[in-house]
Amino acid sequence: MGKSKAAGNGVIDYKLANGLQVLLKPIHTAPVVSNWIWYRVGGRNEQPGTTGISHWVEHMMFKGTPTHPKGSIMLEVNRNGGVLNGFTSQDFTAYFEILPADRLDLGLRIESDRMANSIIDPEEVTSERTVIISEREGNENNPEWALHEEVVAAMYRVHPYGHMVIGWKEDLLNITQDDLYQHYKRYYGPHNAVLVIVGDIEVDQVRLRIDELFGPISAGPTPPPMQIKEPRQQSERRVVVRRPGTASYFHASYLACEGTHEDAFPVIMLEALLSGANLGGGTPTHRSARLYRALVETEIATSASAHYQPSIDPAPLHLTGTVRDGHTLAEFEAALEAELDRLIHEPVSEAELAKVRKQVQAQFAYSIERVSSQAQWLGLMEMLGDWRRFDTFVDDLSAVTAAQVQQVAEKYLQPANRSVGWFEAVEPAS
Amino acid sequence: MNLEFARYSLSNGIMLIVRENHHAQSVMVRGYLRGGANLDPPEKIGLAAFTADVMRRGTEKRTFNEINETIEAVAASVYVNAGRHLLGFGGKSLAVDFELLVELMTDNILCPALPAKEVEKLRGQIITDLKELEDDPGGLARRYFREILYPPDHPYSRPVEGTLKSIPHLSRADLLDFYQALHPHGGIVVVVGDVTGEFVYQTLEATLGQWAPTHPPPDTAVPLPAPLSEPIRSLHKMDNKSQTDLVLGHIGPQRVADDFYAAYVGNTILGQLGLGGRIGHSVRDNQGLAYYAGASMLSGLGPGPWFVYAGVNPAAVDQAIELILTEIRRFNQELVTDQELADAKAYLTGILPLQMESNEGIAATLMEMQIYQLGDDFITRYPDLIYAVTKEDIQAAARTYLSDTVYALSIAGPYQGTASDES
Repeated sequence: MGKSKAAGNGVIDYKLANGLQVLLKPIHTAPVVSNWIWYRVGGRNEQPGTTGISHWVEHMMFKGTPTHPKGSIMLEVNRNGGVLNGFTSQDFTAYFEILPADRLDLGLRIESDRMANSIIDPEEVTSERTVIISEREGNENNPEWALHEEVVAAMYRVHPYGHMVIGWKEDLLNITQDDLYQHYKRYYGPHNAVLVIVGDIEVDQVRLRIDELFGPISAGPTPPPMQIKEPRQQSERRVVVRRPGTASYFHASYLACEGTHEDAFPVIMLEALLSGANLGGGTPTHRSARLYRALVETEIATSASAHYQPSIDPAPLHLTGTVRDGHTLAEFEAALEAELDRLIHEPVSEAELAKVRKQVQAQFAYSIERVSSQAQWLGLMEMLGDWRRFDTFVDDLSAVTAAQVQQVAEKYLQPANRSVGWFEAVEPAS
Repeated sequence: MNLEFARYSLSNGIMLIVRENHHAQSVMVRGYLRGGANLDPPEKIGLAAFTADVMRRGTEKRTFNEINETIEAVAASVYVNAGRHLLGFGGKSLAVDFELLVELMTDNILCPALPAKEVEKLRGQIITDLKELEDDPGGLARRYFREILYPPDHPYSRPVEGTLKSIPHLSRADLLDFYQALHPHGGIVVVVGDVTGEFVYQTLEATLGQWAPTHPPPDTAVPLPAPLSEPIRSLHKMDNKSQTDLVLGHIGPQRVADDFYAAYVGNTILGQLGLGGRIGHSVRDNQGLAYYAGASMLSGLGPGPWFVYAGVNPAAVDQAIELILTEIRRFNQELVTDQELADAKAYLTGILPLQMESNEGIAATLMEMQIYQLGDDFITRYPDLIYAVTKEDIQAAARTYLSDTVYALSIAGPYQGTASDES
């Protein structure tokens, strides 16, 4: 058993000899436990020609091992009163089980088993190829998704954030069983993973089981570092998607910073000023925010929002919306630009900042009421560099000043730094 | 497992249920009044939903903007919405802001201004939303499924949110009429969170409890719809799309039906367990035809639909329909296996602690218990209700509701197969 330390909020953080990082947080308010494993691999680790491979490997992790045959992983969790899922982002791939507290062992057995022993069977690869293409086709049906894909492809010329996590369809048609297996073996070693368990656990017992189950797994090769840097954008980029549809959509992305950059908190605050604090708390706070007032209340749009996802590499602030019937994309863009200019030229009032701070604090309090959300926060923060940011997140965000907001607005919200997309609906051919 | 709570009765007849949960900083309020979209006159589809939304958009005390500023300043939320049978209201806040939440929520119910300006603003938004729906194969497949499954004169055949035909003609006077018919009789409020029962009762009695309209409560009874007598199909072709959505199903049981639990356990086997039950196993896992495929049963105060759904590649639509019908046939003809039955029961009972972890989950369960009058000891009895279901019960329920020959099938998206009926 490696050295460990308990720090902020009772998290126990230690590493096994094979490099697996473990974060444990006992919470005894409900007889529930949430077990997560995070791998540091996602869209950003993919090469042209095999985009979407991380997400596809995630699908294959439900196809079984010699011990857990195909179909048995989900069923076994369900029959123990649990739920599970997995998801892939640009920066990571995560799997979780939420279980009655006395069934945690099942989650540990599944995750340790598929970390080392997943079968990537050629026949299953063939059948999953059409499932994944079907998932992509479902996304393509959504005009906002199609516009998003075009905008990020225009924005990133070299960095892999320029493709959606699901990958290009052409690549999905070509990826082979060997590609998937190699990707799995390259990135699914314990040294590239973080195990996070939050809930009704007895720490000593759980540590013993983690040692027994994960300890024997070989560390494996070190994944190749991702070194691609996006060159600085020199001028505005614009895309227009014209296809049959019934509404017009707007999507502008301004390239901002990585999640660990000193500008990240001011950018998150800027996002909250534009469309309300959004920390997964389940209370919408956008209708008193700036974009709703400027675009929806004025009847130019039916929705308007800002979104910044802190990431390992520089990520954009997305500004999106749906144009109200009878109005135009040009009206939307002009009204949006006026709001962004206001952020650059007028300092935010202390009262408005105070409102957003309160929203942040409350949303955070709501979001950590479930053990699974706490585990997700810890894992997410660790993927971005350090889980301890979970403990200081609200304070760091609350410390952002009006001057800092104005500074990042001026720095990032420049025309030369943006990629703008219009979705123009045309009548379907009859 | 036990779920303790306190029950109060407000002086206007609204029943109040309070569950204290001092582990959380938040408090959750969910309320229902009788009267939803089922009360929409046939030529005024969408009236309940439109009215509910406008009730949140300005009261005699605060404008829409003032409500937003006030509630969002403390990161709380209030809502009013309409379902088929019920009008929902409530919100969420930090426990320290509970009184403010109740004040705003009560104003929405007692003194909405239904401002003409907000009516028009919202009308444009609903019309845009409905136009967006016209471009959404999944949404359209579900909409047309209901339309063909229920008789045309039955309220269940109509969309709660209205149509592009109806919404432009709803007037403020229509909204006012709908609002003025609402009544506390039969109303229920559930509160869960870091508050005490007595405090909640005093706060709500002084506010919502004072609502005492003099008109009689609305008649919310809905006739039982006649089941399908022959298969019916809707095909909505959208050649510009990449994927086709299918919904195939029947009218299912009411929540209070004797065979509800048999159907509920059965549906878990048919379309939920693991990756979408037998349907997911066949359509997704074995054949790779879909990313999502499963079955749902929407049992409520009336007989909601029991249906199978899938999103598939346009070239595989007919094949997917055949697979789905094969699974329904098998489900009707053969008993489920011992293992399937044991798995479904273990899942449906084992998952209770997860459902009860959050204020939202507890509130939803308490509300279900009150709406359907399941009894105060429902949670204690629930495992027995599930474990009492036999293989034969499931087959009987399947044969009562499901059929592989008489069903409603809705297809929306690109289509190259053999169906020819246009919606």
